[in-house]
Amino acid sequence: MGDIKYLQGKQPHAREKRLIFRNIDREGWDTSIERYVKEGGYDQAKKALKMEPKAVTDEVKGSGLRGRGGAGFPTGVKWGFIPPKNTKPVYLICNADESEPGTFKDRYILHQDPHQLIEGMIISSFAVGAHLAYIYVREEFPEAAQILEKAIAEAHEKGFLGKDIQGSGFDLEIYVHRGAGAYICGEETGLIESLEGKRPYPRIKPPYFPAALGLYMSPTIVNNVETLCHVKHIIEMGGEEYAKLGTPRNTGTRILCVSGDVQKPGYYEVEVGKLTFGELLNDVCGGLLPGRKLKAVIPGGSSAKVLKADERFKIKKGDEEVEIGVEDIPMDFDTLMACGSMAGSGGVIIMDDSRSMSWVLNNINNFYAHESCGQCTPCREGSLWMKKITDRIEAGGGMPSDVDTLASVAKNIDGRTICAFGEASSWPTSSFVAKFRDELIGATDEANASKPSNKEQAAQQRYLAEEPVA
Amino acid sequence: MDIPADLETKINEAISHYPVSKRSAVLPVLHLLQHHFGFVSEEGVTYAAEKLGLEPINVLEVVTFYPGFRQCAPGKYHIRACRTLSCAMSGSYELMDKLCSEAGIDRSTVTHHDPIAVSKDGKYSIEFAECLASCGFGPVCLVNDEFHEKVEPEKAKGLLNQYS
Ligand SMILES: Cc1cc2nc3c(=O)[nH]c(=O)nc-3n(C[C@H](O)[C@H](O)[C@H](O)COP(=O)(O)O)c2cc1C
Ligand code: SF4
Ligand code: FES
Repeated sequence: MGDIKYLQGKQPHAREKRLIFRNIDREGWDTSIERYVKEGGYDQAKKALKMEPKAVTDEVKGSGLRGRGGAGFPTGVKWGFIPPKNTKPVYLICNADESEPGTFKDRYILHQDPHQLIEGMIISSFAVGAHLAYIYVREEFPEAAQILEKAIAEAHEKGFLGKDIQGSGFDLEIYVHRGAGAYICGEETGLIESLEGKRPYPRIKPPYFPAALGLYMSPTIVNNVETLCHVKHIIEMGGEEYAKLGTPRNTGTRILCVSGDVQKPGYYEVEVGKLTFGELLNDVCGGLLPGRKLKAVIPGGSSAKVLKADERFKIKKGDEEVEIGVEDIPMDFDTLMACGSMAGSGGVIIMDDSRSMSWVLNNINNFYAHESCGQCTPCREGSLWMKKITDRIEAGGGMPSDVDTLASVAKNIDGRTICAFGEASSWPTSSFVAKFRDELIGATDEANASKPSNKEQAAQQRYLAEEPVA
Repeated sequence: MDIPADLETKINEAISHYPVSKRSAVLPVLHLLQHHFGFVSEEGVTYAAEKLGLEPINVLEVVTFYPGFRQCAPGKYHIRACRTLSCAMSGSYELMDKLCSEAGIDRSTVTHHDPIAVSKDGKYSIEFAECLASCGFGPVCLVNDEFHEKVEPEKAKGLLNQYS
């Protein structure tokens, strides 16, 4: 990071490798195009526009870049899914809905380095053949939407957007589209419906894989903000060189967002897999609060399965199988998956021994019950049911069998829904029950089993107990 | 419904961002109406529908789905406080209680369909929001379009005093 100076108190940690966040919290930095261009901004767009689109895609394929929005799907491969004989227009959508609980990284790119995103989008649009692109920004980022609109206007003025960009013959328009406060708009097909002016009901895959049937039933590439920014750096470094960052199959850098019970919560850009969870917690984040012990961590946004502090995992290291603990897990896609959770959106939520797991689960269940779009019965009813049960446990009215009911409801959502929200809503409950079963049961009371559990039941019991009127 | 000329210009501009389908402009048009009038009224729905060549129900179903659209007027300063996990761990529920008592807001009437509570004098209104994407620096809240981080419960009064 050499001669770059960062604002007082916002210096990156020594273990960080800042690519995407190079200009975040930087002294003397602003969002103007002049400032951006002064340090080689838009040079990579110019370079890419002189390449063949396929060559750009090949660099991205070669870089091994995996999506930073949640699923970790290889970006170059996704771009390759546009049907080869396609004659319809192609669209690019930047997913700036950032709404997975625990995730707070895209906001800084939008607020402090909008031109990096626009440059990434120009290169990506060129690669996939899109002439119209949208940035879907969540409604709760009003300032970001304004900053982006100003940046787009500047890029237009300087000939980086519009017709015949930099004399390349390539045309591109980018517009900002604001959401309206619904988490499900982050799901790519829900996002597309929303962008079509409708309720954001996700579409069923197959057949509605956006790369084939997306916006206006045309091929559409949806990528996360951070993913699209990486594309710029891949063109700068070359795919092969970029792939040397991070670890094999888990290349590049990624931004980890740490929240919860730690000394120094915040955003940290690190090489993927080069840092274990223990190093992230103890070295980078300054450890737990004084006198506290680690209890649990959710490693990739609230939809990821929880990991318990004393869990052991068997993972493959080369050809060998080794046993590791939570603090030994390298924060990469493959290892976290092998440990039964996921790297997801990079949101790491840490809980110490002062936290009640039934309270935590109840908070998460409230989120999913509120955000289910309501299309599929298992998800709509199940997420609400799980919330009602944990509400009841929290209010002191739970009975031990509630814990098994929770697990069974969760199991009956998983895999039975139109979109991955079903899994996202059931995994917290299934993993909390599997790992903190005793604690959850301890929060209930056997005596409650014989009491009415709601107003209707109480009325019914009263009615049945009353003496018949003569 | 009285749509001033500059609002109409903005609406037309927004529609021009969707060359393939005018219907895509439903959300932006509703945002513009809500920004101007404070909420989306029945006439607003009819106006948007006519403007975009849709049936009013196509617009109404959007208004009723998204938490970001309101059908009643909020207070002069509308507060959205994050209630999701990381913020809750740093005290957002206590913050909500404090904000309500300081601003004289009664949340007992709040329901899923009517999540906003307004103070008697109409100056403040408040609702819980889901994760506002600043989880490391909670509790966080939005007041109208301004974002605030690390609003610990004891800072409730100070926050309200910034808006009076
Ligand atoms: C319920 C749900 C919510 C999602 N929310 C987001 C989000 O807020 N931001 C995001 O980038 N991706 C989100 N995703 C993932 C998107 O569907 C999509 O996979 C992603 O934007 C693809 O971009 P990437 O390949 O660059 O990761 C969500 C997925 C689901 C199932
Ligand atoms: S799984 Fe849930 S959020 Fe997804 S489509 Fe079905 S009801 Fe909607
Ligand atoms: S939990 Fe409050 S901002 Fe994410």
